Amino acid sequence: MTIKLMGQGVQRVEDQRLLRGQGAYTDDIDVGPGLLHAAVVRSPHAHARIVDIDLDAVLDVEGVHAVLTYDDLTGPMAEPLPLLIPHPALTHGRTQYALAKDEVNYVGEAVAFVVATDRYVAEDAVGKVKVTYDVLPAVVGIEAARAAEHLVHDDVPGNLGARLEQQTGGDAPAVVAAAPHRLSLDLDIERSACMPLEGRGTVARWEPALDRLQLWTSTQSSTGVRAAVAVKLGLDLGQVDVITPDVGGGFGVKINHPWPEELLVPYAARALGRPVKFVEDRREHFISSAHERGQVQHVEVGFDDDGRLLGLDVELWHDHGAYTPYGLIVPIITSTQLLGPYKPGAYRVVFHSLYTNTVIVTPYRGAGRPQGCYAMERTMDAIAQHLGKDRAEVRRVNLIQPDEFPYEHGLVFQDGRPLTYDSGDYPAMLDKIKALVDWDTFGERQRQAAAEGRRIGLGLACYVEGTGVGPYEGAHVHVETTGKVKVATGLTSQGQGHQTVFAQLVADELGCRFSDVEVVTGDTRRMPYAVGTFASRAAVMSGSAVHLAARRAKEKALRIAADALEASEDDLQIVDGVVSVKGAPEVSLDLGTISVLSNPLRYAFDEASKRATQFQVGDPGKPPVAEDDEPGLEGRDFYSPERATFASGMHAVIVETDPETAEIRILQYAVVHDCGTLINPMIVEGQIHGGVAQGVGGALYERMAYDSSGQLLNASFMDFLMPYVSEVPDGIDVDHLETPSPLNPLGIKGAGEAGVIPSAAVFAAAIEDAEGLREDGLAITAMPISPSELFELRLAHQNP
Amino acid sequence: MTVSAQTGETGEAVHDVRLRVNGVVHDLRVPARRLLSDALRHDLGLTGTHVGCEHGVCGACTVLVDGRSARACLMFAVAAVEVDITTVEGLTRPDGSLGPVQQAFSECHGLQCGFCTPGFLTTITAGLEENPDPTHEEARDMIGGNLCRCTGYQNIVAAVECAAVLRRGGSRGPGPGGPHASITEAGGPS
Amino acid sequence: MKPAPFAYHRPRTLDEAVALLGSEPDAKVMAGGQSLVPLLTMRLAAPATIVDISAVEGLDTLTADDGGVRIGAMVRHADVLASPDVRRVQPLVTAALSHVAHPTIRNRGTTVGSIVHADAAAEMPVVLAVLGGTVEVVGGAGRRTIAAADLFVGPLESSLAPDEVATSAWFPALADDAGVGFAELARRHGDYAMVGVAAHVDASSARVGYLSVNDVPTVVDVTGVDAADAGEAALAHLEPGGDVHASAAYRAQLVRVLTARVLREAHEDRQGRGAA
Repeated sequence: MTIKLMGQGVQRVEDQRLLRGQGAYTDDIDVGPGLLHAAVVRSPHAHARIVDIDLDAVLDVEGVHAVLTYDDLTGPMAEPLPLLIPHPALTHGRTQYALAKDEVNYVGEAVAFVVATDRYVAEDAVGKVKVTYDVLPAVVGIEAARAAEHLVHDDVPGNLGARLEQQTGGDAPAVVAAAPHRLSLDLDIERSACMPLEGRGTVARWEPALDRLQLWTSTQSSTGVRAAVAVKLGLDLGQVDVITPDVGGGFGVKINHPWPEELLVPYAARALGRPVKFVEDRREHFISSAHERGQVQHVEVGFDDDGRLLGLDVELWHDHGAYTPYGLIVPIITSTQLLGPYKPGAYRVVFHSLYTNTVIVTPYRGAGRPQGCYAMERTMDAIAQHLGKDRAEVRRVNLIQPDEFPYEHGLVFQDGRPLTYDSGDYPAMLDKIKALVDWDTFGERQRQAAAEGRRIGLGLACYVEGTGVGPYEGAHVHVETTGKVKVATGLTSQGQGHQTVFAQLVADELGCRFSDVEVVTGDTRRMPYAVGTFASRAAVMSGSAVHLAARRAKEKALRIAADALEASEDDLQIVDGVVSVKGAPEVSLDLGTISVLSNPLRYAFDEASKRATQFQVGDPGKPPVAEDDEPGLEGRDFYSPERATFASGMHAVIVETDPETAEIRILQYAVVHDCGTLINPMIVEGQIHGGVAQGVGGALYERMAYDSSGQLLNASFMDFLMPYVSEVPDGIDVDHLETPSPLNPLGIKGAGEAGVIPSAAVFAAAIEDAEGLREDGLAITAMPISPSELFELRLAHQNP
Repeated sequence: MTVSAQTGETGEAVHDVRLRVNGVVHDLRVPARRLLSDALRHDLGLTGTHVGCEHGVCGACTVLVDGRSARACLMFAVAAVEVDITTVEGLTRPDGSLGPVQQAFSECHGLQCGFCTPGFLTTITAGLEENPDPTHEEARDMIGGNLCRCTGYQNIVAAVECAAVLRRGGSRGPGPGGPHASITEAGGPS
Repeated sequence: MKPAPFAYHRPRTLDEAVALLGSEPDAKVMAGGQSLVPLLTMRLAAPATIVDISAVEGLDTLTADDGGVRIGAMVRHADVLASPDVRRVQPLVTAALSHVAHPTIRNRGTTVGSIVHADAAAEMPVVLAVLGGTVEVVGGAGRRTIAAADLFVGPLESSLAPDEVATSAWFPALADDAGVGFAELARRHGDYAMVGVAAHVDASSARVGYLSVNDVPTVVDVTGVDAADAGEAALAHLEPGGDVHASAAYRAQLVRVLTARVLREAHEDRQGRGAA
């Protein structure tokens, strides 16, 4: 009997390649001889007009094959890059050109594109391109954007790209004003970035003989890049193949597309008739990819004596950088997911999405949720403090109860659908997280530590995460005559173990051996209809599609086998790739043979195909392929949910702060997590670990330090402080809850982003608890926080 | 070793260099400024060594130079002569099976995207050579100079400890998923 | 991030190296390369010529005797750190080296290279300064010895002439009646410190060296000042600045806290050696 693989910590199949150094990342792809390398001339100014670009010194450089500027671009390439996700509220959306036309709006914006023999020579050439700029005043930071003393774009008044207001449950300002208790909070959260260890990269080869473009790119959406490249280069979709090879991490930044280089590389490859490669270096990744997180928040809250929310009125100012290619996804998520597991009473939220002369903002793991969680959880802590109540109990009285699902919030979510939670058990989760950190005895522990001169503190933060958003994903399952099962799904992989978990699902549903399944992702030649890997959607969307496609293949296998074995389909089972009659295992056919039978052939080229020729199979009285049938043992299906699933979680952290140096040390980090039914707990756990570490980075170490002229001061791994092992907790206590989603056949919800969402909130709470800085309201209202900032905060509170 | 400089395709002086990588001798002609990381990847086709920052911080490009870990992005190919270089490709056993550190990473789920992994594998290989039986703290210290953005390091530390056992001829921990047996208990299907 | 072109030389003898430095315009010495190569790849430095001294004979000697520790120009940090003789003769060298970057960097980086790179954020220049060590250099004009006090003349600037190459550094042995201490605080383990402090005390003096505080490694004499007050006293000679990692006020706080901790450690070290 085959053991179900669903729920098993199956070791990853992709590791065999990756551990041998046989991974194939974009920069590893061998596209044959004649490869040229690109480098980009980037703006050194945050805001400037381009007066002149002088190429005289560069065109004669040996090894330089081409230099492109805006003036060389024609047709759709000369138009601004697409605004991927338009929204009616985005009244002043702006996108950059593939190469700056006459104005640059952030340090790092692409101005010219050099193609040379190798990257070294290309960089030499970049240094020889002389660009004359007329420098304009830079708008840096939300305060400057709001003040609008200077404008990023002349035709965008107030630097305001969008303003969106949503409300539900009544007139929030009036309810707050009438509430027995009221508080207001001003909060601040800074920029960070995904920072995958592999930056962006694109290789293109134009095949004149086939009139066809092949493009390898490190993306989270192969099909998106394919469509964009086809449009921009004036090609038919059928002329463009996009292949996403191994991707060295994404975390969101690679969902934005097309990047200028994703267009310029194929553009140059076609023009020059030679393959061209662009591989972003680390400095470029800092200044020309994307950031996220930066927001200023104002919260007005009214509540009763128990801390129950009556009204919540939130205003957000979101820094979206110089352009808005990814629309309003991030602030929409903040403003809707802010609610977490709570019932807000009357809720109003307004966000202002603002232009600044800095790198663009597109989703980074969590995608606006960390900011929302921060606003809500700081509010919960403030309420508890105001009422002198236990912080967990204040949260408890506000939780949505298990019998209230599906829970309708009355708001519109990022997918344009109603914000409706599908399932969950938040009170049980709260019990679990409290147990993990001995919540109820922590006060005593804290007092004992204080007696020894030590400061320890405990923080708690809760979130709900919309995962698995549509519109759809598809899958194709093909059983070959060898019995091997080839599976393709269109979304991409950046380390989530898709080749393993999707194979688990196929093996379970089809009944084949796990080792016979091979999964391909992100190759438009294999699955041209797909959306992408983001929003913790791969397991839900492609997982469901793979499951459904495997079911179709299975149904066909059973039908053919029933015919061949002269048995009823109901009496058949498929185990380890063999179809047999239940109770009579000797009456059997393996899937490979069924594949042979499924495809009547004219030509025989091996033993298997000999058995499949039309003289061997089928009824001579009927057509070889029946009217309602197709040759081959395949299943293809798509999964398109009516709305998103909602995963949830609660984190708690215990920290110690040094009374003298203000160093912040993590003593314990605990996670309770509910992503519905687990496919592979080992992989889910790994996702949580990684998210927590990224969250530690975002809360305590990482920030984008811009100066007032728009220069990024810490654009290196020396100064942008991603955690090493020494900065992450030694051990993360994880407990799971599984409330299956009713929305998909497997009951799964997404897990990819969860670990990072509550970090800013939970660390702010714990540090504050350790410091006891509470006399005049919440002390920690700006994150991330460094020892230096904690020290300054102590000075401000006269509590050194 | 280098001999007299000549002029290459782009007019830049080039040097004839002999590199010994994974026991194989390679003769190549490179400009002086060619980083060892680029020479390994693009001149020798050993693309397992990855480049994550090119300023010596992330550790993805770590190789072994005479058995000691070194950043390939902080060395010039022209200066990497007269030494034995080992890359991730050289950690696999002659029969093609995974070496102990590689095996431990597989069993402990010590990698996700896999981009930083070769640098960890080489670093740990050298680290365990020097300290075959690290304490938990020493296992953490051993990987203290390598960045990983995916795993949160938890399972990499477990892999160091597992690899130490495997190197001594031991077998891995209990049940499928190795060190994750406890995880499946906590998180198994309800 | 690729270096600009340069001419490369790999001399076998010191004479050859010195001759190259004298004849090639804009030549730069490379030893372990761990500080230099990042500057080249970021094109923050673009020397016309690099003289790689890693094959020069006689530069890889490490000796530790009653007089002190002498570290040859091609001795890697890792080898100095691992040497029990160095630890015995001058424990401050060992203590500070354990804070230099990460093991992989220490495998290639050289202690002498780190000293003459003269980075005020680096550990070994301060250790040399607080111990009153010296650097031996050879150039067109011959061999000379530079005292630590005369070595660090500006940010990333040493007093070596362009045609000079440092061949060794010398750290005096720790006297029987003396003690040392070292501490630093970095944002992440292995990063350049926000503040680092090295102390040397004996019966008649107390000297404290600071890294990442002033723009050159700086030593302050705090003889006669209580450990608890020494940091405040030292601040009169220091100008802690602010950057993305630490405000000026926080740096000053770290000077106070770390000075007290390190001086106490040095006094305990001294007592542990049996000094009265």
